[in-house]
Amino acid sequence: MATEVQQRSRSAASASHFKDSDEFDVEDSVINIRDLDVYYGDFQAVAGVTIDVPRNRITAFIGPSGCGKSTVLRCINRMSDLVPSARVEGSIMYFGTEILSPKVDPVEVRRHIGMVFQKPNPFPKSIYENVAWGARINGFKGNMDEHVERCLRQAALWDEVKDKLKESGMALSGGQQQRLCIARALATEPDVILLDEPASALDPISTLKIEELLRELERSYTIVIVTHNMQQAARVSDQTVFFSLSEQRQGILVEAGPTQQIFTNPGDPRTEDYITGRFG
Amino acid sequence: MSANSELGTTQSTVTQHHWRPRISSRNRASKGFSLVFMGATLSAVLLLVLLFGVLLVRGWDWLTLDLILNQYSRHPEESGFQAAIFGSIWLVAGAGVMSFVMGVGTAIFLEEYAPRGGVTDFLQTNISNLSGVPSVVYGLLGLALFVEMLSLGRVLLAGALTMGLLILPIVIIASQEAIRNVPLGLRQAAYSVGATRWQVVWHHVLPAAIPGILTGTILAVSRAIGETAPLIVVGASAVVFTNPSGFFDHYTAMPMQIYQWTKQPQSEFKDLAAAAIIVLMVVLLTMNGIAIYLRQKLGKDRW
Amino acid sequence: MAAERVSMPGGNGRAPIDLSGKRNTGERVIGVVLFLFAAFSVLVTLGIVLVLLFEAITFFRVVPVTDFLFGNEWSALFMEKQWGVLPLVRGTLMTTFIAMVLAVPLGLMSAIYLSEYAKPSARSVLKPALELLAGVPTIVYGYFALTFISPELLKPLFGSEIQVLNGLAAGIAMGIMILPLMASLSEDAIRSVPGSLREAAYALGATKFETSTRVVVPAAVSGIIAAFILSMSRAIGETMIVALASGARPVAGWSPLDGMQTMTGYIVAVFTGDVVYGSIEFQSLFAVGLLLFLMTLSMNVLSQWVARRFRKEYQ
Repeated sequence: MATEVQQRSRSAASASHFKDSDEFDVEDSVINIRDLDVYYGDFQAVAGVTIDVPRNRITAFIGPSGCGKSTVLRCINRMSDLVPSARVEGSIMYFGTEILSPKVDPVEVRRHIGMVFQKPNPFPKSIYENVAWGARINGFKGNMDEHVERCLRQAALWDEVKDKLKESGMALSGGQQQRLCIARALATEPDVILLDEPASALDPISTLKIEELLRELERSYTIVIVTHNMQQAARVSDQTVFFSLSEQRQGILVEAGPTQQIFTNPGDPRTEDYITGRFG
Repeated sequence: MSANSELGTTQSTVTQHHWRPRISSRNRASKGFSLVFMGATLSAVLLLVLLFGVLLVRGWDWLTLDLILNQYSRHPEESGFQAAIFGSIWLVAGAGVMSFVMGVGTAIFLEEYAPRGGVTDFLQTNISNLSGVPSVVYGLLGLALFVEMLSLGRVLLAGALTMGLLILPIVIIASQEAIRNVPLGLRQAAYSVGATRWQVVWHHVLPAAIPGILTGTILAVSRAIGETAPLIVVGASAVVFTNPSGFFDHYTAMPMQIYQWTKQPQSEFKDLAAAAIIVLMVVLLTMNGIAIYLRQKLGKDRW
Repeated sequence: MAAERVSMPGGNGRAPIDLSGKRNTGERVIGVVLFLFAAFSVLVTLGIVLVLLFEAITFFRVVPVTDFLFGNEWSALFMEKQWGVLPLVRGTLMTTFIAMVLAVPLGLMSAIYLSEYAKPSARSVLKPALELLAGVPTIVYGYFALTFISPELLKPLFGSEIQVLNGLAAGIAMGIMILPLMASLSEDAIRSVPGSLREAAYALGATKFETSTRVVVPAAVSGIIAAFILSMSRAIGETMIVALASGARPVAGWSPLDGMQTMTGYIVAVFTGDVVYGSIEFQSLFAVGLLLFLMTLSMNVLSQWVARRFRKEYQ
């Protein structure tokens, strides 16, 4: 029975082999989410989520749509504050500081925890300015030209744009725009980068480029990525977190663990159902 | 009604309903009424043409350079309304600046800062109401407040402030619309790199909204340039011989002069008024044209 | 290439992270300043109300409110002053009525045409034409009424029955003035009727006329009524057309062929002479202004309520 499940799981994640994921130590985690509840007005969208995000690894949030993955992601950098009806309860610790505390300024949080969105949204400014602006408003001191180049290199975009830094960021292709958004997020020298389905609006080749990029970046940054694409999660992440819907239609965390284990030997039948494509 | 089928003919038991008259007469009615509706719309256009026609017929001969260069005179042949032209320019400049600053600030607050709820709704309703107050009432406000209470007297500043208040709701509403049209993604991107609310507004939202805001302001100002009633109440003069040189001068304005000339019994002055109206309309059309051009140009130049 | 954390203040994740927000004080100040800007609009309303009330109350100390509201004789600028406002109200209502008779059918029909019938090419010409009409300053309409409508159109029609300055000419010109407003507000209401309703009607074999008049317009009726009320309010508050074309003689009768003075016309007529601050004439301006303000305000509020209340019905 178990081997049958394993075989089915493997074939579901077939045509992709698992990354040589490093083991991670849950003790060495940058973000600790405990009992997170999110309400929109009276409706509870997320219930009781508890996750540890290990340092310098890629953690993927997977699960069917509407089960709170993006919502939880947006709580981590307090983007939830921008929704008037949203109420967040529970705890999110970042390097020992409670992010949800009212004493914490969400603006500062976002400097340390960057975000890349599903639909590339570069500023209507030059490529150079797109990267420089975030750094500048956060008090960057130093050689901005070098900094911009550094960020663009890290985002694997430098060679393609080095001769047209003054041109508009919106004139780039979709994949390039998304890498520009990654470079922009890197400009504030965050510790954590959150990506909300970063490749879902892109073509397959750009998608692979971004996945490569993430594997490079995880050496220096902690990454959390929400994705609909299970193969992508399998290819890219070290830890996979599976979300689903409870009977009360709340988003809940079903299972979290090393990616290889989740995909080949899931503990929870719901995870197994999702992985093997029985639902979702 | 019988139906032929492979099963043989069957007699339908459905009762014969009386349908409305044949479809063709209903269609004819529809086409007929469409002409009626079109006629109604065209009549509006025709009235416009008639209006301009009358103005041109009466005023054409008087549309000379003298009209723009000369000053007030009791003799129609020597009359011009240069003082009124400059007075109007001063007035709308003052009103425009004042309403732009207050209006955009208010719009930013309502769209980016105000929490959803009672106070904000109240502010919004209040602005809506202000936009429906008759212009004479603004004149009365200006008279009591600026001319008398603040003892400014019947000077240009009082007129400019009154006009500024009059067009303030227009600027606010147009600016709110422009700000609302800035896509959410742009704000989210800016917030996500750790920008404060004001940084997001100043560096991203406002630049994107400026074309719409400018268009709205120009349209508001073009409304101000044609308003007469508040100026009468606030004390714009009928007889002014020189151009204004400061905000504390006595003044007149184009619509004011037109009003004065129209009221004169002599037919020549009425013709002069028609010519002055043509000048005013040309100014108005130019301003609207600039507003539309700005909207196109700045709108397209968005990267 | 591994990232170096170089130059951001507190950049290295290891250094103590301060999330308390140093930029807050500036932000708070900006928020307050912007709030003050917004609060200014409330001050304007307050200013209008207080100014009107203050002077009107002074007026009502001399002239009893009942005399004002129910008196039928207004001769403010003559020797023996009478302060019954009804003639002015009558003048306002008559000119407004004439204007609405002209503007509502034409405006509504234009709205139906533009949103249901007109091809995009026709729309692209007709809509700007309407907007142009809306942008014409009211004094131009007043001029038109005085120098064209009255002598060239009405005099031949009515001969000696009609005076030079009369309410009919002013009413007609006012109708032309508010026609674009009625048309554009009605059009907005009609356009906001969901397309699915139209589809349902067409699918049943209704003609365009039947769909427009029996399905679409009834669905938009709340917006159309709101448009009606707003247009009427605009007509009531209109000044220059009546000031130029309808005359300055408050009348007791109901004939539009006579001259008449409206509330707005009176306010402006006072300034043809010199008004002394603090005189009874000065105060009367504000009494009439207060009545005018209350009338238009209640109509504006009513129109908003109507639009809101009935909009929910088909959504």
